[in-house]
Amino acid sequence: MHPANSVIFFTVASGAGYGLLLLLGVGGALGWLPPDRWFGAAAFGLSLAAITFGLLSSTFHLGHPERAWRAVSQWRSSWLSREGLASLIAYLPTGVYAIAWVLFGRNNGAWGLFGLIAAAWAAITVYCTGMIYASLRPIQRWHNSYVVPCYLLLGVMTGALWLNALAHLFGLASDGLTLVAVAALVIGWPLKLAYWRFIDNSRSESTAETATGLGHLGKVRLFEAPHTEENYLMREMGFRIARKHAYRLRVFATIFAFVLPFLLTALTLALVQPVAGTAAVLAAVSVILGVLIERWLFFAEAKHTVTLYYGQSTA
Amino acid sequence: MTSLPANSSQKKLGLVIDLDVCVGCHACAVNCKEWNTGGHMAPLTDRQPYGADPLGVWLNRVHTFEAGDGADGRTVHFPRSCLHCEQPACVEVCPTGASYKRAEDGIVLVNESLCIGCKLCSWACPYGAREYDYDSGTMKKCTLCIDRIYNENLEEIDRVPACVATCPAHARHFGDLGDPDSDVSKIVAERGGYDLMPEMGYAPVNKYLPPRPRQTAAGCTGALPALEPVGDSSTANAVLRWIDRLLSR
Repeated sequence: MHPANSVIFFTVASGAGYGLLLLLGVGGALGWLPPDRWFGAAAFGLSLAAITFGLLSSTFHLGHPERAWRAVSQWRSSWLSREGLASLIAYLPTGVYAIAWVLFGRNNGAWGLFGLIAAAWAAITVYCTGMIYASLRPIQRWHNSYVVPCYLLLGVMTGALWLNALAHLFGLASDGLTLVAVAALVIGWPLKLAYWRFIDNSRSESTAETATGLGHLGKVRLFEAPHTEENYLMREMGFRIARKHAYRLRVFATIFAFVLPFLLTALTLALVQPVAGTAAVLAAVSVILGVLIERWLFFAEAKHTVTLYYGQSTA
Repeated sequence: MTSLPANSSQKKLGLVIDLDVCVGCHACAVNCKEWNTGGHMAPLTDRQPYGADPLGVWLNRVHTFEAGDGADGRTVHFPRSCLHCEQPACVEVCPTGASYKRAEDGIVLVNESLCIGCKLCSWACPYGAREYDYDSGTMKKCTLCIDRIYNENLEEIDRVPACVATCPAHARHFGDLGDPDSDVSKIVAERGGYDLMPEMGYAPVNKYLPPRPRQTAAGCTGALPALEPVGDSSTANAVLRWIDRLLSR
C-alpha cells in the first residue's frame, strides 16, 4: 500500500497524543501525577496539539477536505466514521479535565472522573484507528489480531516517553513514571517483532488462481496487462518495497523506537539532572522517529489482493 | 446510509462474463468509458492523455492471463469490473454515506456529492473495482449503467449496460441473478458460473463462466470427407475433355 505522509503523520501524532492523554487521565485521577499547573498546561498542550494537528493532517489526503464533517455520520458501520466521532467526543472530557487541572489545580477526586472518561475515549479512538486497518480483509497484513494491540500499545508507549520527558523538564520525575515507560517498551518491542514474524510467515488465502477462478487449469500468470501505464490502483495499492530495504528499515525502527528509548530511559534512573532530563527528552524524540519508520513500513509492506490481477501470484 | 439495506428485494442485477467467449478486444472497456464519461459517474477524467505519463479513470479493465502449461495451457481474456457484491465492505467502510447499495436491485453506487475522497472504499474492495478521480477528488465505480438500464428514452433492446451492448462476441450477459428462472441464472447453472475470490466472503453478484474444456477431436459437420476429383478422363462434356487434353499436354 502506498505510504501517504499525511496518514503516517496522523497515526503517529494522534497515537502519541492519545497515549499521553490516557496516561494523564489515569495518572491524575489515581493521584499518581501531581496537579502541577504548568506541567498540566504543557502536557495537555502537547497532547492536544499532537491530536489536533494529526487530525487536521489526516484531512489533507482527502479529495474534498471541506466535506470532512460528513465523516462522523456513518458510525453504525464504518470504523473511520467511529474514529472521527470518538476523536471529537474525546475533546469534551479532555477539555473539562484540562481546565480543572490547569486553572483550578485539581486533578483527582470528582474531577478525576473526567480524567478517566478522557482516558477511555482516548483508548477508544486509537482502537478505532487500529480497526480501520484491521477490518480490511483484502490486506492480510492488516487484517490480523496484531494490528490493534500494536496501535494501542505503541500509542501508550510514545505517550509514556513523552510524559516521562515532560516530568523531567518540570522537576516531577519519578521512578514510577520511568517504570511505566520502560514497561511499555518491554511489551511493545516483542509485540512488533511478533507482528513482523507473522507477516513474514503467512500469506493471504487469495492467490492469482482464486482471483481469476482459473486455478483448475493450472498456475495462473499475467500475460498482458489491461493498460500500458500506471493507473490509480497500481499507484495506491501496488506499492512494493524490496525485502532488503524493508529489513534495514525494520532494524532502524527497532533501534529508534525501542532500543534507544529503552537504554536512555533506563539510564535516567542512574543519572542526575540535567543529564537524566536530557536522556528522557532524547528518548521521547527517538521514539517518534522510530515509530514514524515503523508506520511507514506498516503501509509499505502491506499487500492488497488487487495486485493479484497485476502480476503478483500471492498477496 | 452505508449500513447495508435490511429489507432488500430479491432482485440482484448483475453481469455474467463468459471467459470461454471473450476475445479480449477491450470494446466493453472502451464503450464503458465512452458512456460513463457522460453518464451518472461523469466525468471519467483523463490526465495527460497524450502526455508522457497518462492516467485515467476506467470502470472496466480487460486483463489477459495464461493458465496452465504446455498443451493444456490456456490464454484467457479477463474483463474486471465491479461485482456489485451482496456483502460489499466498500459500502460499509464509507464514513460519509456516499457509498450505498440499493435495496431495490442491489446496485452499488457512489453519491458523488457526499464523497470526501478518503479512498478507504477502494482499499476495502478486493477486486480493484473502484478508481479514484484525482480531478474531481471523488471515487468512481461501475453503475451497472443505471442510466441505461432504466432509461425509457432508449429502445428496450438498448436498456443493458454499455459493456453488454457493445460486446461483439456476446461474452457478456446482463440480468437478474436473484431470479433462478432468469436467462442469466440459467446460464450460470448450466455452465458452472463461479465467484471471484469467494474466500473473501463478499458474495459477488456478478458471475464468471469458465473456459469450456479443450476439444481434442473435431466433431462431424455433415460435410463429405473430400470433393469429387476433377479432370477425370471419363468426363462426359466434350469441351471439358478438349480443355483437359490441352492442359495435360
